[in-house]
Amino acid sequence: MKFDRILLEHGGGGLLSNELIAGTFLPLLKNPLLEKLEDGAVFDVGGVKLCFTTDSFVVQPRFFPGGDIGSLAVHGTVNDLAMCGGAPLALSAGYILEEGFSMEELERIVRSMSAAATKAGVAVVTGDTKVVPRGAVDGLFINTSGIGIVRYGSPLSVRSIRPGDAVLVSGPIGDHGAAILSCREDFGFVSRILSDSAPLNGLVEAVLKASPEVHCMRDATRGGLGAILAEIAGQSGLRIAVREGDIPVREEVRGICEILGFDPLFLANEGRMALFCSGSEAKTVLAAMQEHELGRESALIGTVTGDRRGRLVLETLIGGAREVDLPTGELVPRIC
Amino acid sequence: MRVRKRFFFEGMVQGVGFRPFLWRQANANGLAGFVRNRPDGVVAEVEGDAAAVEAFLAGLKTNLPPLADVTRITGTELPATGEVGFSIVASDARGPAEVQISPDIATCEACRAELFDPADRRFGYPFINCTDCGPRLTIISEIPYDRINTSMACFPMCPLCQKEYENPADRRFHAEPNACPVCGPRLELLDEAGLPLPEAEPVARTLALLSKGAILAIKGLGGFHLAVDARNEAAVMRLRSRKCREEKPLAVMVRDLAVTADLAEIDASERMLLAAPERPIVLLRRRDGAPVAPAVAPGMATLGIMLPYTPLQHLLLAGELPVLVMTSANRTDEPICTGNREAVRRLSGIADAFLVHNRDILVRCDDSVVMAVDGAASPLRRSRGYAPRPLPLRRSYPEVLALGPQLKATVCILKGGSAFLSPHVGDMETPEARDFFHESIALMERITRCSPRIVACDLHPGYYTSQAAREMGREIAAVQHHHAHIVSVMAENRLDGDVIGLAMDGTGYGTDGQAWGGEFLIAGEKTFSRRGHLKYLLLPGGERSIREPWRTAASLLREAYGEEWQEMARRLRLPPPGEARRTGQEGKTGGGEAADEALASLERVMCGRIRSPWTSGLGRLFDGVAALLGLRRCVSFEGQAAMELEALARGDSHPALPFTIREEGPDDPFPGTPEEPPVRILDITAAIRTMAEALLKGLPPAEIAVAFHRLLPEAFTAMAASLRKETGLNRVALGGGCFQNRLLLAGCLATLRGAGFETYHHRLVPNNDGGISLGQAICAGARTMDNR
Repeated sequence: MKFDRILLEHGGGGLLSNELIAGTFLPLLKNPLLEKLEDGAVFDVGGVKLCFTTDSFVVQPRFFPGGDIGSLAVHGTVNDLAMCGGAPLALSAGYILEEGFSMEELERIVRSMSAAATKAGVAVVTGDTKVVPRGAVDGLFINTSGIGIVRYGSPLSVRSIRPGDAVLVSGPIGDHGAAILSCREDFGFVSRILSDSAPLNGLVEAVLKASPEVHCMRDATRGGLGAILAEIAGQSGLRIAVREGDIPVREEVRGICEILGFDPLFLANEGRMALFCSGSEAKTVLAAMQEHELGRESALIGTVTGDRRGRLVLETLIGGAREVDLPTGELVPRIC
Repeated sequence: MRVRKRFFFEGMVQGVGFRPFLWRQANANGLAGFVRNRPDGVVAEVEGDAAAVEAFLAGLKTNLPPLADVTRITGTELPATGEVGFSIVASDARGPAEVQISPDIATCEACRAELFDPADRRFGYPFINCTDCGPRLTIISEIPYDRINTSMACFPMCPLCQKEYENPADRRFHAEPNACPVCGPRLELLDEAGLPLPEAEPVARTLALLSKGAILAIKGLGGFHLAVDARNEAAVMRLRSRKCREEKPLAVMVRDLAVTADLAEIDASERMLLAAPERPIVLLRRRDGAPVAPAVAPGMATLGIMLPYTPLQHLLLAGELPVLVMTSANRTDEPICTGNREAVRRLSGIADAFLVHNRDILVRCDDSVVMAVDGAASPLRRSRGYAPRPLPLRRSYPEVLALGPQLKATVCILKGGSAFLSPHVGDMETPEARDFFHESIALMERITRCSPRIVACDLHPGYYTSQAAREMGREIAAVQHHHAHIVSVMAENRLDGDVIGLAMDGTGYGTDGQAWGGEFLIAGEKTFSRRGHLKYLLLPGGERSIREPWRTAASLLREAYGEEWQEMARRLRLPPPGEARRTGQEGKTGGGEAADEALASLERVMCGRIRSPWTSGLGRLFDGVAALLGLRRCVSFEGQAAMELEALARGDSHPALPFTIREEGPDDPFPGTPEEPPVRILDITAAIRTMAEALLKGLPPAEIAVAFHRLLPEAFTAMAASLRKETGLNRVALGGGCFQNRLLLAGCLATLRGAGFETYHHRLVPNNDGGISLGQAICAGARTMDNR
């Protein structure tokens, strides 16, 4: 579909985001590294494998249960590096501030950024600041970029996924999205849900040490676990079948989804990843994940098989199967 | 004078006994020559006396075989060759394919008589058939329709069968699936794991198992059925729980019309539909105390009944059990199973045993479903017995492939002056259904031998069928859902020009990005203009409100009572208790703290418009009113609440319900621009208040249900009259799934006709989304013609 204006859904991490990338950015910025469409670019510099990535942060509200925009800006970029198998070496931070923004709030955000970077074992080594007139941005936006070093040999990529692979997730899904929703919409009676915002590099390091048979990792961000799995299914041409009953979801998250009509599969996360590894290694990888503090609630949720076309299939609690599509951001029901 | 003429016949001329018919006609008139099938029709050359050739031609017009339908005859003069004798020669596979594939046809009287005649060599043979009946579409792999291109290719005929097949005077002359116990397919009984049960009498053993309450998977014409004794409540409940089908009604197969009359009230038109060669499931008004288990169709005023249509079914129903549940063999929402191994795999844990045979089903085809309205058929599912018989159109269109919507999808191909609708495909939710959808596209392209350059789809970007259209890499024509409903009615009725369209359904994607479904359109084939609609209502939580109509009822109350709505909802005991909400099970009453919380959170969702589209869907209004009346707060299948509301509406006394029609104002969501023609809003908010207060006063819900069913035809007719005044149009087309409601359709037809309107509705194609692909195809075809 061609649009003459950008819609909010173009940034939603679903079907329209993919169309925007495939239709505008890819053809105009064409190069082999970009075309891989992974979370970051991995390249060789003098025999050393490096990875490079960038991300921008516009979250509202800026402070939410379990985190804020400052820590999120570190986690987002560190996690993108981690998904390429990279240990973070250095970060940059660009701040775009609205005229009149509270100095006190800015300090809190930068302090939080600093603490998050320390925890992830990385430093913000360069930065930039711009101030724009009132109304040109909503408070403040942050961009971070990161460079990492890839120490493990096997290429982590959608192309490495094979039939017979196991699918794992590193913990309950939808916490971040639910936390944002519950404080944005002020559902006073919903018990507090904390965002899952966290740096995944330590967990990834532990997993890669435990098994050489890890094929691909993706952190579930905007579109949630459902969007990344549907996207990977489409890109790989394989069938990813996941068992609804095995996907961890917190009771509180289920509750808020119930009221609002959301599906936890499509709620945002900022510290959860899906991982594909050889089926024979699934137990080893799961054990390694569960040993790490950010992976205690990891679960084996499904398997990969060959099929006539790529698709994500959800095996439901009542024994049926439903094909899950990349969200379009469309509110009009498909059922009648 | 001796002449020779070549005739070329087009239409439904293969697999229907057309060549033997020509052979008999030629012999009767003493003509020489030949006849043969071609992919695009049947060609015959006849030679003899000029008067005899004339007589031959005249005979064609009067004595045509029952299943044949000749759409065109072209004749050419040839020089006489002195040929002697008339023969039927082998098919010619060259050339373009235009020939129409016959649907599958129920066992004819002659075959049925032989089946039960102990002296006949096919006595009790479950695969008996002849040129007048038997499998067609479902055994075809290629065209032309010859045995070699069917799943009968692997059964060489025994000398007796071969003789029948070659004898033009025989009823089985060129009956492609011709077979007998010596050479033909055989039954086999398998246990629950799919291992053969050595059994000399598989039919008798099957009946014995059914009598004990077992669930049998039985291979039919277009797929497997799951069968149980329809009078055994425990067995029916077991089937429901294994199939994960909680409440949706199950179809039953009944021995004959006499037994049917014990179960349901049947009038002449229903009798005709039941006994027709298409043998659809007919929805009939069930008799009070009808001897079937309550679990067959809980909460329904109707029963879906069909008569046996294969020899095997005749044998089964002739036993001790006159009524069997015969439901499509699948898990809920999946397509019907066809292959033996597929059935064993997919039905493991559901069926206790499998009655299979070795004649492969090559095309999946579900049972068709119809009801009688206005003395004629009103289809709910057009599939076995009907598909792929083409619908004749008012003119020729460019070739188009239309992919349908998300639910109840069918695929449609336009070619020349015909529309070829696929058998029912179903809901695009499961992997199996999506595979079947792609199979159906391939099937329709194969049997029409074309691959249209233009692909029509719905405007909804999230429908799987729309996604599939984008991935095909052909030219896309997106058609608005309700426009497609109206164009579908126009196509079937061969209407040209503009009509007033009443498109009434659950939800479809509107051009303003909202959920339409109660639409008054001025529509032509190519374009439409939305001139009126039901007042927009917030649908809190989108799809969740469709599964939980109590939310829609809450939204109606909020419209009607403003800030007081939560109090009204409490008094009407609207919200289900928390536990019921989670499991989708119906609770007893709504109340207490959990209910207050549910109402408060719903208020926040509606107030903040969180994930809540606007809807004008009449289906949603039915849901909301059903929930208000306390019928149900959550549904387990599409249309359940509306069907129960229709079933509840009985009796004559009812309160009058008010409505208003006004022009859209700036306060309405998504108002049009001043340059656009004015849009009328049909507002029944006052009626919601009347209904709520009547309920609180203790008026029986049945009377309110009647009142609601009276309100709509009146309001729709008033709206149509207002549009007639503006446009001068007097033709009204009614389409959309809500017209599956018999009371609503009959009521609208009567009221509109009373006001002098010419009315048009579906008789061949379903009112529900099964008819969308036809409308999409015609709209896309008409637009393409215009652009050339």
